Amino acid sequence: MVEIAARLGGLAPTQPRIGGLLIVERNVMVYRRTWMILFSGFFEPLFYLLAFGIGLGAYVGPVTLDGESLDYAVFVAPGLLAVSAMNGAFYDATNVFWKLRYGKVYDAMLSTPVAPKDVAVGETLWAVVRALLYSAAFLTVIGAMGLIESWWGLLALPACFVIGFGFAGAGIAAVTWMRTWKDFEFTTLVMLPLFLFSATFYPITVYPEALQWIVQALPLYHGVSLVRALTTGAVSATQLLNVAYLLLMGFVGTGIAGRRIDRLLLK
Amino acid sequence: MAGDNGQPLIHARGLVKRFGELVAVDAIDFDLQRGEAFGFLGPNGAGKTSTMRMIGCVSPVTEGTLRVFGLDPAHDGVKIRARLGVVPQLDTLDMELTVRENLVIYGRYFGLPRRELGTRADELLEFVELTERANDKVEPLSGGMKRRLTIARSLVNDPEVMLLDEPTTGLDPQARHVVWDRLYRLKRQGVTLLLTTHYMDEAEQLCDRLVVMDKGRIVAEGSPRELIESYSTREVVELRFDDSRPEDFSYWTDGLVSRVESLPDRVLLYTDDGDAASHGLHERGLVPESVLVRRSTLEDVFLHLTGRSLIE
Ligand SMILES: Nc1ncnc2c1ncn2[C@@H]1O[C@H](COP(=O)(O)OP(=O)(O)OP(=O)(O)O)[C@@H](O)[C@H]1O
Ligand SMILES: [Mg+2]
Repeated sequence: MVEIAARLGGLAPTQPRIGGLLIVERNVMVYRRTWMILFSGFFEPLFYLLAFGIGLGAYVGPVTLDGESLDYAVFVAPGLLAVSAMNGAFYDATNVFWKLRYGKVYDAMLSTPVAPKDVAVGETLWAVVRALLYSAAFLTVIGAMGLIESWWGLLALPACFVIGFGFAGAGIAAVTWMRTWKDFEFTTLVMLPLFLFSATFYPITVYPEALQWIVQALPLYHGVSLVRALTTGAVSATQLLNVAYLLLMGFVGTGIAGRRIDRLLLK
Repeated sequence: MAGDNGQPLIHARGLVKRFGELVAVDAIDFDLQRGEAFGFLGPNGAGKTSTMRMIGCVSPVTEGTLRVFGLDPAHDGVKIRARLGVVPQLDTLDMELTVRENLVIYGRYFGLPRRELGTRADELLEFVELTERANDKVEPLSGGMKRRLTIARSLVNDPEVMLLDEPTTGLDPQARHVVWDRLYRLKRQGVTLLLTTHYMDEAEQLCDRLVVMDKGRIVAEGSPRELIESYSTREVVELRFDDSRPEDFSYWTDGLVSRVESLPDRVLLYTDDGDAASHGLHERGLVPESVLVRRSTLEDVFLHLTGRSLIE
């Protein structure tokens, strides 16, 4: 007979210091086998870059930003880099929905020492990792194409971390309110205008002043503004505001997500 | 093992769980000692799962006192969960991982080192006879296999107490016996078992002591034998009729049996001597379609206490 009880001896279970890392570990175990699907998020912005930056750019001519004249591809590439970070983070949130409502993944975790806030922190971290993978690949491509004009561009990857964090936190929090897959149609309704109107494809100065204020309140605008300043070298104190906005969004989102998971699963 | 100085491992007084207006657990008291196998027996909706979830620190206590290992779930949930092995009513296996990976990652949630967990996982798979399926996905496993995997998973942290919520519901008789056998072995190795069930045979097989729950309340407590002795007679005569079922039974049974329970499909006569009773009935001229004399079970106890059967 296999003696199963009391075999661990000195291996007393302990509470992991950062419980969130265990969630990342679990996701790595899952994606070890299905890493191919990580590609889609990389190709999407690349296609946009080819279509808009190179194709359309040939007709558009240079763009004037803060008094400086830029090639259209140089202008649009950082916008798409910010988008890749946003999408990378947000795509992952749909998996959180499945795990929360159908997969019972968190139900199992919460009967161990793992706590709801660990789940929120872990899933946010994981989404940021995914965002960084896409961004790093995309960044390499635009670097190779000569679309980065400043050494500040080295900070573009940490900037994508901040963007990923903001959207991961907000995305996971948003997902906790969704009841069915149909609710995801609303996310398209939010993400698409964000993508199109956050000064991604043209400077914010094309909008009348009132509209500019609204656009400046959008999170992706801050992402685009941050990355574009870094890759073009037009860095100013505004970028601190961009970073603060995105970090705040990430922290608030993660906090809300932790509470919501607690409310939903620990009844 | 942490010394408990004779204090119970689990201690509940006036424990209440409410969901809005609905009272799921209505002021129950019980104590669980180390090494015991303790059962909650009750029909659907009795409040068994609600009680288990409060003990497992995944559902806040509405009112009353609950102590697990002397700790309060409201403050020390993490410490308590580290020492429990939980088999929830519905399996919560990780469908995106293989059988073996399920055990490894679950152990990681307890902060156990990955190196040790490989060996641990293999031992546990052997214990529940799933070694051949180690690298398969969880989804295609049969219900009984999933249940065994859930039991193996709950053992990964070498728990002091196992919380088993209907460990064998939905399994075929053979699969149930395999699970019972494993639980029995664990009990012999000194693991404390707390289980819920609506199968009286399961309760009789596994539990040293049990409480009968109905509508959120504990209606009786004791060992299976004590419960049968105090709430039922030694034997039961089961009568079935075609269409000639008599209206008034007292006419036929007066003085012959101690109690009559009339169910839609059969009539139960409670007596200490079943043969004598059925003989007596025959002499009085009552001819049912079938007569069966059997020993009293917990089912009879439950019927007597609540007027309803355990499995509806
Ligand atoms: N999350 C919840 N929200 C609202 N009501 C609930 C919730 N969980 C349980 N209940 C209610 O509490 C009561 C007790 O349910 P519980 O699951 O504890 O019963 P049980 O004894 O485990 O039943 P079963 O044998 O069917 O598993 C039921 O009336 C149930 O509807
Ligand atoms: Mg239940």
